[in-house]
Amino acid sequence: MSGHSGEHADPAVAFESAKLGVWTFLATEVLLFGALFTAYTVFRMKYPELFRAEHAKLDRVLGAVNTVVLITSSLMVVFGVDAIKRGKARLFEACFGATILLAAVFLCIKYLEYTAKFHHGIYPRTNLFFSIYFMLTGLHGIHVLLGMGLLSYVIILSRRGRFSASYYTPAEMSGLYWHFVDLVWIYLFPLLYLIG
Amino acid sequence: MEGVGRMEAEGNGRGYLAERGWRSWAFTLDHKRIGAMYLWTTIFFFLAGGLFAMLLRLELLSPQARYFSNHAYNVFFTLHGAMMIFLFIIPAIPSGLGNFFIPLHIGARDVAFPRLNLASYWVFAAGFLVIIGSLVAPMDTGWTFYTPYSAKSAAAVTTLSLGIFLIGMSSILTGLNFIVTIHKLRAPGMTWHRLPLFIWGMYSTSIIQVIATPVVGVTFLLLAAERILGVGFFDPAKGGDPVLFQHFFWFYSHPVVYVMILPAMGIVSEVIPVFSRKPIFGYKAIAYSSVAIALGGFLVWGHHMFTSGMSPLANTIFSLMTFFVAVPTAVKVFNWTATLYRGSITFEAPMLYALTFIFLFIVGGLTGPFLGALATNVQLHDTYFVVAHFHYTMMGGTVMGFFAGLHYWFPKMTGKMLNEKVARAAWALIFVGFNVTFFTMFIVGVRGMPRRYAEYLPKFQVENVISTIGSAVLAAGILVMCWNFLHGLRKGAPAPANPWRALSLEWRAASPPETENFHEIPHVTDWPYGYGTPKA
Amino acid sequence: MAHGTGNSRRTGIAVFVALLLLTAVTVLVSYVDLGLWNAVVALLIASVKASLVALFFMHLKGESRLVWGFALVPVLFLALILLGTLSDTLLR
Repeated sequence: MSGHSGEHADPAVAFESAKLGVWTFLATEVLLFGALFTAYTVFRMKYPELFRAEHAKLDRVLGAVNTVVLITSSLMVVFGVDAIKRGKARLFEACFGATILLAAVFLCIKYLEYTAKFHHGIYPRTNLFFSIYFMLTGLHGIHVLLGMGLLSYVIILSRRGRFSASYYTPAEMSGLYWHFVDLVWIYLFPLLYLIG
Repeated sequence: MEGVGRMEAEGNGRGYLAERGWRSWAFTLDHKRIGAMYLWTTIFFFLAGGLFAMLLRLELLSPQARYFSNHAYNVFFTLHGAMMIFLFIIPAIPSGLGNFFIPLHIGARDVAFPRLNLASYWVFAAGFLVIIGSLVAPMDTGWTFYTPYSAKSAAAVTTLSLGIFLIGMSSILTGLNFIVTIHKLRAPGMTWHRLPLFIWGMYSTSIIQVIATPVVGVTFLLLAAERILGVGFFDPAKGGDPVLFQHFFWFYSHPVVYVMILPAMGIVSEVIPVFSRKPIFGYKAIAYSSVAIALGGFLVWGHHMFTSGMSPLANTIFSLMTFFVAVPTAVKVFNWTATLYRGSITFEAPMLYALTFIFLFIVGGLTGPFLGALATNVQLHDTYFVVAHFHYTMMGGTVMGFFAGLHYWFPKMTGKMLNEKVARAAWALIFVGFNVTFFTMFIVGVRGMPRRYAEYLPKFQVENVISTIGSAVLAAGILVMCWNFLHGLRKGAPAPANPWRALSLEWRAASPPETENFHEIPHVTDWPYGYGTPKA
Repeated sequence: MAHGTGNSRRTGIAVFVALLLLTAVTVLVSYVDLGLWNAVVALLIASVKASLVALFFMHLKGESRLVWGFALVPVLFLALILLGTLSDTLLR
């Protein structure tokens, strides 16, 4: 259908292109979350007492558990990519599967946290702290969900035999995305749960 | 043209246009077809947005709101602005001409991610369909959608927010694709300093698209959240700050004007040397100033907000930065002028538009500092002076650059030549019509006529009538130009591979190019501006 | 990009343990009232954790200068939007 052979026949160029592409995409995500972090900072500086009072209503322990869950999921990605680099497709699928499971655990905990808040009559519109809390964790949660979809798709590709020790680009690239999702939470957790 | 591979066939075969059927377009991975689809779409919205402009000019014949209600007028200027900005001027050169010519310029067969490229078009299409859908309750907020009004307006703001979010995503995907393409897919020997200046312009543009667009995406997300979830980021009653909306909005919307102008400047840098038969003067200065404009453009967004109540420190810093950002632009103008000096200049349509760009952009650019200086800004903010300033830069600049590119590359894209006489006639109407329409706006603006009102003081009527007459001439010129394009598509004389005797790589491909662009990837040994020598 | 793959797993586990420890520290410190220093410490620890993830999980360590550029330049723009906005909102 189209003549885009030639360059893309060189796997090294294709891999490096994919990598640059993913880092460029992550750059857009830095600015996406960055605007919300800016809003957080503006309002924290404007309403310090509100933030101090309201942040205590968040469950630090649940937040910490979720942090551990995400960090572990990232480790599973590291193991998975390592496995496919050695040509071990089944092990790769198991590791990425574990990542998806841990991501689901993360979302369940967030669901519990959200419903607990709603039960206590706390909604995004309740005050600026919770507006920020729900928007930041909500946007992050959407990224977790999309990540689960992405990783599932990569597992499906693997089950179709697409990967080997010499070609695993989608695995590595989706792994990069997942680590970024983890990285955003590494900042979200202290900013929302820990700083009074 | 030493050792860089032979010319492709001069043949007038259909090339990339050969395959027929809607599926060959809807599912194409060919950057040329994707570029062509963007061009058709964006030109359609240019004409649609222009229609709303004509309605505005009709209403402004009379100081009272004679033909339309105030609300209808508000809708017209909102739709004119939003369509022109989001659906025409931002995507037209980058996603249209950029998609078509970037791989050709760098000697590649396609962009780095062809499927992502196709996705960017369909995401764009989804975006404009959603935006059209929002017309059930049309926007009356102005294209800037300022809170608090946009949070409360009965218009379909949430739907529109989704539409703009999608358009933004398309923009990001395009920018991402171009950045990786330019880094990774250059032909052997095509060093950074042998790149056409259009590529330097497109690279700088892509940086802006990738960094700035996400911020406006979040802005519209928060606006939608304000309307749906009742969050109060921008609502003073809830402790929020409407000026925060403006910070986020302009953090994108100022750099985006450089998304608009840099590709057009790239086109001018291509056309001027060809039609002066002289090498471009100051290649590196022009190349680096593109990057400088892209980066510097991020430092000035507050100059749209001087009267919003910002702190004096913020006002001062943004004003100072605004004066600095003019410098790299001036560098380009000096270099183009030096290129023209003692050149063998001919005035084919591409050159007419390129020269028009330089002239009108200087006028628009020189009126910028009046707005960037804090004291005069207080007088001029939200007057017609601003409207004139940005029309001189965006239309006198970008749109003229776009027309230059369309005329320059028409033979390459279509394999047909345009009627040069008709093209020049259209240009004359456009040039005269444009200046008559917009120059009067500087005058009434300084004298205090505010923008975005259907009614105005009777003392402004004479200039408004003159402006409307000018707009009719401008519209006529545009229609003649469009007729010329359509006529050329059907009945234009067959185009040779290189009608302008230009040196950049796209002219080595056939007119129109084959799907794979080049039979053999060229090996590059020189820059593409060696004009005025015996070889060119 | 060939790493010794046994190395890769061991490095991964080492980084993982470090991340867990740092998480524990940051949570424990949050129970102590250090006034404004709570924010500083928490963000510092978060930045160390983020750097570990970026350097080792995301393989930044050992990448070309180009990739480093792609990774770091956005952070500069993030600082810009933050400082630019705060130069207004903090000082009105």
